[in-house]
Amino acid sequence: MNVAAFCRQSRVLIVAGKGGVGKTTITAALAKLASASGLDVLVVELEGKAGVPAAFGRDGSLDYDETVLAGQSGAGSVRARRITPDDALVEYLADHGMRRISKRLVSSGALDVVATAIPGIGDILVLGKVRQLEREDSSDVILVDAPATGHAMTFLSSAKGLLDAARSGPVRAQAAEVVELLSDANRCQVLLVTLPEEMSVTEVVESAYQLEDHAGVTLGPVIVNACLPDEPLLSTDPIEAARQAGLDIDDDLAAAIGRAAQFRVNRCRLQAEQLERLALELPLPQLRAQFLFGSHIGPDELELIGADLALGVERLEDEHGSEPHR
Amino acid sequence: MSERVPVAPLYSSGHSTATGNALSPGPSGTELGELADDRSVVITCGSGGVGKTTVAAAFALEAARRGRRVCVVTIDPAKRLADALGLDTLTNTPKRIEGRWSGELWALMLDAKGTFDDLVHRYAASPEQADGILANRIYRNLTGALSGTQEYMAMEKLYELAEEGAYEIVVVDTPPTRNAVDFLEAPRRLTRFLGHRLFQLLLMPTRAYLRAVSVATQALLRTISKVAGADVVEDAIAFFQAFEGMEEGFRQRADHMRRLLARRTTAFLLVTSPRADSVDEAGWFADKLNESGLAVEGLVVNRVHPSFSQDNGPRALPRAPKGSALETLVENLRGYVAVNEREEAALAQLVLRVAPSPVARVPLLDIDVTDAAGLTIVADHMFGRDGAAPDEPRH
Repeated sequence: MNVAAFCRQSRVLIVAGKGGVGKTTITAALAKLASASGLDVLVVELEGKAGVPAAFGRDGSLDYDETVLAGQSGAGSVRARRITPDDALVEYLADHGMRRISKRLVSSGALDVVATAIPGIGDILVLGKVRQLEREDSSDVILVDAPATGHAMTFLSSAKGLLDAARSGPVRAQAAEVVELLSDANRCQVLLVTLPEEMSVTEVVESAYQLEDHAGVTLGPVIVNACLPDEPLLSTDPIEAARQAGLDIDDDLAAAIGRAAQFRVNRCRLQAEQLERLALELPLPQLRAQFLFGSHIGPDELELIGADLALGVERLEDEHGSEPHR
Repeated sequence: MSERVPVAPLYSSGHSTATGNALSPGPSGTELGELADDRSVVITCGSGGVGKTTVAAAFALEAARRGRRVCVVTIDPAKRLADALGLDTLTNTPKRIEGRWSGELWALMLDAKGTFDDLVHRYAASPEQADGILANRIYRNLTGALSGTQEYMAMEKLYELAEEGAYEIVVVDTPPTRNAVDFLEAPRRLTRFLGHRLFQLLLMPTRAYLRAVSVATQALLRTISKVAGADVVEDAIAFFQAFEGMEEGFRQRADHMRRLLARRTTAFLLVTSPRADSVDEAGWFADKLNESGLAVEGLVVNRVHPSFSQDNGPRALPRAPKGSALETLVENLRGYVAVNEREEAALAQLVLRVAPSPVARVPLLDIDVTDAAGLTIVADHMFGRDGAAPDEPRH
């Protein structure tokens, strides 16, 4: 499958996973990849953090207003914006003729009372806004960087929960629209991100089944981030390798080289076990992104990760998931 | 209803030695081991995904190995770790974990809802009042929805265990929240919620009074009705009516909890990963604690990449021929040296900020920590039994 076809399977792609798995990096890499295939991408960040713009080499965090991060609209571009629950509520009230009261509702803390009465109302307002953007037709792909440590589970199942809880009111109507979006594979898919480690794999398998059962979403391929590339040559004895290369290395260096190689070989073995277990327990295709030895994620790193993801996408069978909607 | 507690520092009423500043956040010379030996409350905190629960469990295990009677309160542990601790269900009663240590290790997995129910029973004037609250829809949503409620219940449980005095040391894990300091403000947040002016408004017994309230407040109520439906306002009225008279009890208890956190026998243990974003959050968290008159008395950096050479600074690694096995081997070492340097660079400021508090580095292990044996290995690294002093930076 080519990248453009993959990204066009549904307009909304929600990138979800536990904190620390590299969701933001993957979101940014997917955005760059999709824009390179000629699509106009909008990245929606829920906390206004600086990770997405930083990956595109920009300073500062995102605002409620859109920022162009790369390219030109119509010819493959990446725009990004922030949507927090408070942002979405203020806009929602303004749209419903309650502009004057909106700020006060947020600042007085009355929102706490409402939010407790209707758990997940913030999530619904955010997803309602995403739905509105989807309907506006101003971008080919909307990538949502789901809440960091907050559970994607709660975020995505709030709307369904609210349909049961709220008996009336416009918020109920909005929840119904959000549920419709989330449960339509032609409009929305969830991409789970995980690491090739025991605990992360266990968690992603659990949340995958929960998301399908409780939130009714369609899951795209699972993205395994930070995979160490396997290097068979690492099993070579350092002294022997030096001899072959016609170089002399001292014992300390040989020992250091050996320990580093052994560490990587061990990690690779654990990783292979976990990747296999993931494939066994979760029947979803995997896209793998490599472990980067540098901790900084900038435009160059995005290229590397994007290339890995593209490679995985190309290997996907065309019939995977649902039929393209356009 | 005005909040009588000064806004900042939050914990100023506490013990004077706890009022740390950036230069002297804790008694000098404190080692992590001393915290395990002489503190009665240890709270692990940090952002989500850094291994707080593992660190809390390993710390508790260490205290038991040092002969103390310890209880660890975990929140939402990964299933295998819960299994390892013998915790299969949420419970509010600690379970004893058997093992080869001279002290006693007890553990519980916080049941936030049950803890809150107990609290309601404690402060309700009558069983009827308690039942009315427990049945209310807003109350039923409270533990899941009101941000900070889970944190509040963790603090509540800690307070109960500390006051009971059945344990020499209580180790508490804090919930993974978007905002790591939520738990500091959680008790206040709930009392503020209960003390919201909607509360008094909704307690007005008849609609006649409603006419007397300000036009603005009426508009607020109407808005809530419009947006969320009239039933939400009805539920809210029932909720606040049910809680009538209990607010003072909650407020006093929140004050007691705040004092407990500020005691000299309470220590905060900051947990971070060596990744720059996580370290930034930890630094911000250390500042917040400081602003509240509390101090970080130990830093645990979890899952650091090992350093493979004592002397791998700027020393040039040999230039190996392209495509040779040596090239692969050297590049691999170079990669890990770079990772290690970046991690230490990211950590440098945080280490200074918490000085002279001890800093322990737990390496990225080639096992996953899912049992007591794994926790023992983590504890060995935290308490410097891996051949190096815990606060000696490794290059």
